[in-house]
Amino acid sequence: MKPFAYTRAHTVWDAVAAVSAEPGARYLAGGTEMVNLVREGQESPDRLVDIGDLPLTEVRVHGRGVRIGALAKRVHEHPEVRRRLPVLAEAGLSAASPQVRNVATPGGNLLQRTRCHYFRDVRFPCNRREPGTGCAALRGVNRNNAIFGGSEHCVAVHPSDIAVALTALDAVVHTHGPAGERVIPVEELYRLPGDEPNRETVLDHGELIVAIDVPPTPFAARSHYLKLRDRASFAFALVSVAVALDVRAGVTHDVRIALGGVAPRPWRARAAEDALRGRRFDDDARAAAGEAATTGAKPLPHNEFKVELVRRAVVRALSEVEGR
Amino acid sequence: MRLRCEVNGESREVDDVWPGESLLYVLRERMGLPGSKNACEQGECGSCTVYLDGVPVCSCLVAAGQAEGHEVTTVEGLAEGEQLDPVQQAFVEKGAVQCGFCTPGLIVATHDLLERRERPSDPEIREALAGNLCRCTGYEKILDAVRLAADRKAVS
Repeated sequence: MKPFAYTRAHTVWDAVAAVSAEPGARYLAGGTEMVNLVREGQESPDRLVDIGDLPLTEVRVHGRGVRIGALAKRVHEHPEVRRRLPVLAEAGLSAASPQVRNVATPGGNLLQRTRCHYFRDVRFPCNRREPGTGCAALRGVNRNNAIFGGSEHCVAVHPSDIAVALTALDAVVHTHGPAGERVIPVEELYRLPGDEPNRETVLDHGELIVAIDVPPTPFAARSHYLKLRDRASFAFALVSVAVALDVRAGVTHDVRIALGGVAPRPWRARAAEDALRGRRFDDDARAAAGEAATTGAKPLPHNEFKVELVRRAVVRALSEVEGR
Repeated sequence: MRLRCEVNGESREVDDVWPGESLLYVLRERMGLPGSKNACEQGECGSCTVYLDGVPVCSCLVAAGQAEGHEVTTVEGLAEGEQLDPVQQAFVEKGAVQCGFCTPGLIVATHDLLERRERPSDPEIREALAGNLCRCTGYEKILDAVRLAADRKAVS
């Protein structure tokens, strides 16, 4: 491990200034991801700027929805989150383990790196980690990799659960950066790999997520996260589905469906939403939505199963949310 | 760098700590507290679980600098002298220890659960211990020990 400097920031602007000033500086929040990445060599910072003391820990309900501080802990336990945003509470609880959830932060969760084995194992080539070296996953074991949104340079999936839930809730992130403040929809935070898989998000160097805003929507309260994985604790999703539903008099007025574990970013299944909107919310409509959710899937040699898993998971998530 | 924190109720100060070290490394290699174990070193196995400011965390995922000025309790801090904590006693009595490598983490996680919940249900126990892997016991004896400790705590 390369030596690096460690400093603690006491205000958001100190933090942004410190990281912006140094190309090799990185933020350190909870540490559950960055400490691993530094130890294993996927990240080799010159400086870690610890933002753990910044006052970004509040979860607040206000007229325009729910604001979640980027450093809020155990958001999934917050009573208003559980009541108003069940999909987010379920997604948060499904992630990692109690020990990790005690430390992890929402901002860090959104910016965690892929769990693709070939990204994590630094002995393999990886365009995401070292641009131009190639993608070992394309010809390797790609069971866990993407069926949507990949490119010939990278087929990694984004591992976050809450990003999928937040996408289904039309959430946005607020950032402070060297160029000022801005608001970015969670779905648009992530770039598809294309021919630059190393550029994972639209954030500038030094731009810091300070809060997540979930707007009030008629579908947030009736929402659900279904996560399918190889073992019931700690493991990341093979396929996950976040659904949020507004049914009026038996007819789907509005709906959001986002998929996890299948793409380099949370994958909004718009064709599946279209299959439901304006129709009776019944078994036929749910089956049509499941079918539509697989539109455009491009499976790799080892993950053909994800296509069928997506179809069934969407149907099941929609059936489970119906009774709520 | 110099690291100051409170460990098991004592103020500790260690010099020449490198910022890239984990809290686990500091505890084991610099403070002579080898109770917390280093197994997966990725946060998956829970063998390194300690309390940080009263909540269980994987000390392998805490950078040394993050612990500056904070309170740490390790498995060594649970017993009162020679008197084992009831959770430790229950693990001994129920044969919940085989190779013992996961045990310190499980003791801390169980201790935390029983601080929060009197007589937890089996699903609650499983959820609370979901971050602690054991490769020997098959977990049955561990669950027996947790139930025994919970029963004793409830009547005491």
